[in-house]
Amino acid sequence: MIGRQWSSPHAQGMQGRTATREERERETMATADTAFIGNADEKPVRRRRKRADGTGAGGEPPKPVKEPLYASRTEIYPRSVKGFFRRLKWAALWILLGLYYIGPWIRWDRGPNAPNQALLVDLPGRRAYFFFIEIWPQEVYYLTGLLIIGAVGLFLSTAWFGRVWCGFTCPQTIWTDLFMWVERKIEGDRNARIRLEKGPLTLAKVGKKLATHAVWLLISLATGGAWIMYFIDAPTFVVDFFTGQASTAVYSFTFLFSATTYVLAGWAREQLCIYMCPWPRFQGAMFDEDSLIVTYEEWRGEPRGAAKHDQSFEDRGHCVNCGLCWQVCPTGIDIRDGQQMACIGCALCVDACNSVMSRFGLPPELITYDSINNQLAREHGQPTRLRMFRPRILAYIGILAVVVAVMVFSLATRSRLEVNVLHDRSPLYVRLSDGAVRNGFTFKVLNMEREAKTYTLSTEGIEGATLSVIGYEADSVPVVELPVKPDDIGSFRVFVKASRENLAGKSTDMSFVLTDTETGVVVEHSTAFFGPGG
Amino acid sequence: MAEKETDALTGTETTGHEWDGIRELNTPLPRWWLWVLYATIIWSIGYMIAYPAWPSLSGYTKGLLGYSSRANLVADLEAVRESRSVWVDKFSELEVGEIVEDPDLLQFAMAGGGFIFGENCAPCHGSGGAGAPSFPVLADDDWIWGGTLEDIHTTIAYGIRSDHDETRYSEMMAFGADELLEPAQISAVADYVLSLSGSGAANEEGAEIFEEQCAACHGEDGKGLPEVGGPNLSDDIWLYGGTKDAIVAQITKPRHGVMPAWVDRLNDATIKQVTIYVHSLGGGQ
Repeated sequence: MIGRQWSSPHAQGMQGRTATREERERETMATADTAFIGNADEKPVRRRRKRADGTGAGGEPPKPVKEPLYASRTEIYPRSVKGFFRRLKWAALWILLGLYYIGPWIRWDRGPNAPNQALLVDLPGRRAYFFFIEIWPQEVYYLTGLLIIGAVGLFLSTAWFGRVWCGFTCPQTIWTDLFMWVERKIEGDRNARIRLEKGPLTLAKVGKKLATHAVWLLISLATGGAWIMYFIDAPTFVVDFFTGQASTAVYSFTFLFSATTYVLAGWAREQLCIYMCPWPRFQGAMFDEDSLIVTYEEWRGEPRGAAKHDQSFEDRGHCVNCGLCWQVCPTGIDIRDGQQMACIGCALCVDACNSVMSRFGLPPELITYDSINNQLAREHGQPTRLRMFRPRILAYIGILAVVVAVMVFSLATRSRLEVNVLHDRSPLYVRLSDGAVRNGFTFKVLNMEREAKTYTLSTEGIEGATLSVIGYEADSVPVVELPVKPDDIGSFRVFVKASRENLAGKSTDMSFVLTDTETGVVVEHSTAFFGPGG
Repeated sequence: MAEKETDALTGTETTGHEWDGIRELNTPLPRWWLWVLYATIIWSIGYMIAYPAWPSLSGYTKGLLGYSSRANLVADLEAVRESRSVWVDKFSELEVGEIVEDPDLLQFAMAGGGFIFGENCAPCHGSGGAGAPSFPVLADDDWIWGGTLEDIHTTIAYGIRSDHDETRYSEMMAFGADELLEPAQISAVADYVLSLSGSGAANEEGAEIFEEQCAACHGEDGKGLPEVGGPNLSDDIWLYGGTKDAIVAQITKPRHGVMPAWVDRLNDATIKQVTIYVHSLGGGQ
């Protein structure tokens, strides 16, 4: 049965209806004052209906229930939990938030006339800075490389560890988790929060709610502000922001990103994952039988039932139906219904279940972070194994390695001097009064270094060709000097003059040779010289 | 409406929609999703009231906010004019020779001059000053009326054979049509003229006629006199063609191109910009 269950992941897409109002009220009544273990009557928020193919209740056909097309969101009150995965989640949260908030404040000296912020996307200045790397607009393909690395990295981590991105590192998860932490600190844990919600409107309730939302808004403002700081100088931004001197655009974007943080982490929460995010819709395609995912070992847990401390588990399943697994779930699902789209793979239910299993002296990992193959192996008493290097994993690693290698190689060997040459389209050439032929070019020198440069420009390929540059070199000479300011583009009108006898027909191959007078770095650019021919 | 149907595997009701045997499970959307839809409908109604929306037989509904993209354009153009006035003032004050000394002004002149040239000059002189038959190339170094900034400025401002009082003016006599020279003499002088640029046959008769009739405007050596608009005949650049037939035709009954005076059409700053641009095309002297 389990095998069949996993073989039809699509059928298990969205879980069924959400709890009705009566059910929810019954649930909260039951939860508010019951003991830690054994609330068999409680129901999770998103409870899948039992399967009608006989795996559920005795093969009876399910009774049709009127389903509305729209349903109000059912509030979720996740219970706090302790354990390995919770510690992992805290670690990820604090490290990633730390990187995000501190990032813009890291300084990096680039010399005069350059920003000293280590991480900066300077949109008006058309530059992006990452520590010692400076990216010009025409190098935006590095961003493409980063996106490819991000995407393939996501595929790889999913094939290995399931929805580890969703459960531990996605910003939606991180900020929702942070907001829930604030909520818990101010309003108390699950039961206290439910009591508060259902209770009468008292001064204490208003005060707690106000405090929660005030802290949320402060965090949101810090989040929106930190986002803007990746685009403008952080200290300047802070001063301008609080003295009212920042531009309208800066205020608008800060408040926009603050608002999205507040709405998404404070209000939308799991709805973003379930209704908006495309990733859960196709992440199932990244799994295989060897991916580590959060699952309930149905073969071991069923038939479930409430249990006493000295209970014998000889002729029954190990699940004591305490409900902790779904009470700690941030998306309000019951993992015992099987793998499902709304599960973000955070593994908090594993922690919750393990704490209960240890009380009953049962082996841990009834809800397990393991592969389907290992689960089946345990069911049949076979040895389990971890297959980390499967063909698809090797393919992902291969793609990653290639993209990373290409990126590193091109970054390490890229030139900080480039030329763009545009041959005049009209006229292609002119005849001069001394009989010579002349071609005009727009010659751009991209000096991507932080110091002023002087270059010499000459040509190769046409004997006796001479150069003149509007505004720099009026006479036609073999070699001209071109000065370019630091971190700037020098644009020159360059004329190349050649005798007709040195030309090979209507089009003659030639190249420009630009040499840095200081370092001797040479850039060549091949082009064509046009003439009347004949 | 179809009867309610329940999916056997998940126990979830379907919506009754079916595509090639695939049925859609009814998974209720959050209710606020519906509210967002209603909110957008209300927004669109408000938008229709606030902004121009509906066409009518004689116009359109103007909207309460009085928004008009045309008015915005006028305001934008006004703002651009305002921001450029600093530059334009400087152009009015300074001579072209002084303008090119200032790199910022030079850059402004080059950018603006390109557009002005494209709109006003390119129809005859070609884009980039490439020229056309009977219309001079501006990108070479051969100038009938001189290639300094001042020369070019005068030419653009007052034109050539235009109806402006200060226009540049030159006229070549119709040696054949008015029977000043015999056809044989014209043929001889045409050969001589060709020989100045390295082709044709130099001959005594032609040289004598050139000396008497042509040198006054085209110079003793045929190198032209820009002061009076006499073209250089010793290079291989020809306004009306460089074959012997074309030269004979020009001597017999000359063609005289006309360039309008721009001083009445473009303002001073504009003419200075386009002067600097033309000068930069390659022939500046």
